[in-house]
Amino acid sequence: MSKTGNLSAPSLADRVRTVDAGAVVVGAHFLGATPVFVLGEEAVLFLSAGGVRRIAIHSGAILASTADGARLVTGGDDGRLIAVAADGVHRVLARDGAGRWIDQVALGRGGAVAWSAGRVAHVLTAKSGERRFEAPSTVAGLAFAPKGFRLAVAHYNGATLWFPDAPGVPPEKLDWKGSHLAVSFSPDGRFLVTAMQEPTLHGWRLADRQPMRMSGYLTRVRSLSWTADGHFLATSGAERLVLWPFDGKAGPMGRAPRLISWGDTRIAMVACHPCRPVVAVGTVEGAIALVRIDDGAAIEARPAAASPVSALAWDGSGSQLAFGCENGEAGVVTL
Amino acid sequence: MTPPQTDKIPVTVLTGYLGAGKTTLLNRILSERHGKRYAVIVNEFGEIGIDTELVVNADEEVFEMSNGCVCCTVRGDLVRIIDGLMRRKGKFDAIIVETTGLADPAPVAQTFFIDDQVGARTKLDAIVTVVDAKWLKDRLKDAPEAKNQIAFADVILINKTDLVTPREIDALESRIRGINPYARLHRTERARVDLKEVLDRNAFDLDRILHIEPNFLATDAQEHDRGHGQHGAAGHDHHHAHPRHEDDDLRHDHDEEIQSLSLTIEAPLDPDRFFPWIQDLVAKEGPNILRCKGILSFKDDPQRFVFQGVHMILEGDHQRPWRGDEKRDSRIVFIGRNLPKEAIRAGFASCVASVA
Repeated sequence: MSKTGNLSAPSLADRVRTVDAGAVVVGAHFLGATPVFVLGEEAVLFLSAGGVRRIAIHSGAILASTADGARLVTGGDDGRLIAVAADGVHRVLARDGAGRWIDQVALGRGGAVAWSAGRVAHVLTAKSGERRFEAPSTVAGLAFAPKGFRLAVAHYNGATLWFPDAPGVPPEKLDWKGSHLAVSFSPDGRFLVTAMQEPTLHGWRLADRQPMRMSGYLTRVRSLSWTADGHFLATSGAERLVLWPFDGKAGPMGRAPRLISWGDTRIAMVACHPCRPVVAVGTVEGAIALVRIDDGAAIEARPAAASPVSALAWDGSGSQLAFGCENGEAGVVTL
Repeated sequence: MTPPQTDKIPVTVLTGYLGAGKTTLLNRILSERHGKRYAVIVNEFGEIGIDTELVVNADEEVFEMSNGCVCCTVRGDLVRIIDGLMRRKGKFDAIIVETTGLADPAPVAQTFFIDDQVGARTKLDAIVTVVDAKWLKDRLKDAPEAKNQIAFADVILINKTDLVTPREIDALESRIRGINPYARLHRTERARVDLKEVLDRNAFDLDRILHIEPNFLATDAQEHDRGHGQHGAAGHDHHHAHPRHEDDDLRHDHDEEIQSLSLTIEAPLDPDRFFPWIQDLVAKEGPNILRCKGILSFKDDPQRFVFQGVHMILEGDHQRPWRGDEKRDSRIVFIGRNLPKEAIRAGFASCVASVA
């Protein structure tokens, strides 16, 4: 249990630039140094020094988005997978034949893209084209492993590790009862963690498939972020910032999470700084703060407002933090 | 932060066995001029005759929770679809979920209680079940789903009444009442019903639990209010309060399997006895208890406490102060399968507060 963050700490409020996105913000990303906000419907917003540029890319809801700094990939209820480049040029990467919702996307190294519609996960690479894997139930999460060309697919009653470039290797199913939603590899690739339908995380140590359960949350965990050194997994879903220790052989097995209090409202989004042991947190009341892991000290970037924080992301260098809210407020904090 | 109740999008669930007329009712809702826009979640495309922009195909994926409780289920596809639909908030005023004929309504209802995000953004308005007047009797014999759908319903449309005689309808109503005496019943042809009887019912709104009375003869002109036939409490010994047994005097057929149980206690209850009892009851009997509801009077508590439940999931809250003109008693109802009635009756009786 760490000490409570100091609310009278210096504020970053004068370093915040805000815009009205006009719709619920469902994703925040950076393409180069430019903050890009993904709206719940139709469009993305580029926020540059010159102003706001709105680019329509889908004909309905945007259900998923991810970015690697060079390009942004989105899936929509129009059954389309769209790639957006840093200059705003966008193109259709794939279409679902039946027009089903594309609601999971992931980006891997070397330009690999993964997405899913219903039970079918797809991977597209420049080298080997498109491959598909049918999960036992609807795909609820996708993540590329940090090493090797391997994709984790979360679904009901577990997750499956799929090697798209090794057709001879059967997908390996990790069983655990219940509905697994988000999925994430630890940066060193030793652990796989899923967020479940109930307010619980599940994990496996991949070396021996040892299962682990991380519980105690108030609500379903929707936001997961690994610290730069991979020592902690930061999560939303509680009134304190929950950091599960993943250093050491056993990861969080048999260990308590580090808990950092900040304010007393539930944390909706977390984003770990790309280099330093600092976590940006956004609350269901719209407040945003930077929390230092070592001593729990917090700097407020934005006071509580009307609407929950629904998107939060750092740029590659850790000098800008982009955020978006359910009511369409969006902005960027420059450090 | 939970948005105010009024911000929540109401969700109506349409159930009914194959061919009963769900889609007819759905098309009627969508085609009537009511100025409302609906997002529709269906299990099969193609049957909807109305050009509605927001039609989503559902997979009916029923997921058990990892806690090992077989009745703690959600519709995983609904969690996902509602999350997706809410990105287009502003494009629709309400959601209608049409289930397949074989669907169990419980996972649908439980989704709204179990998933915090679904519960924060939408509210279950009512479960509306359409039954086929001609074939229901047979379905009750061979299809457990049909019985479940009646037991869960807030509103039941006895459809296709033009295909049977009034006497047959009376018999059918009696049969339905034997399973669920609390739903509103309507006799329809081609699912023709005043839509306000189907939509905006607030059947799962704790604030709207005003009284718990069997909805007898709700379709008949001679509808009479049974609620006022209360026995006087004069001379009632609060030390030995016994719940009154009300389900015997109802004019309906007893279903052999699914029945309801209604209990009333006039003496104030002890919350420290009631909550452990009800929690233990639903933990043990959850799979058999389909729905329950209650209005409670706790000792030294000026507020009415209301609760409702689906299988093992309970929610409850203080509702408002008891009014002076109101009879202050505690009333609970259960609809369930093979309910251990005597044990429930004795358990409820043991919740009466000691006289200080």
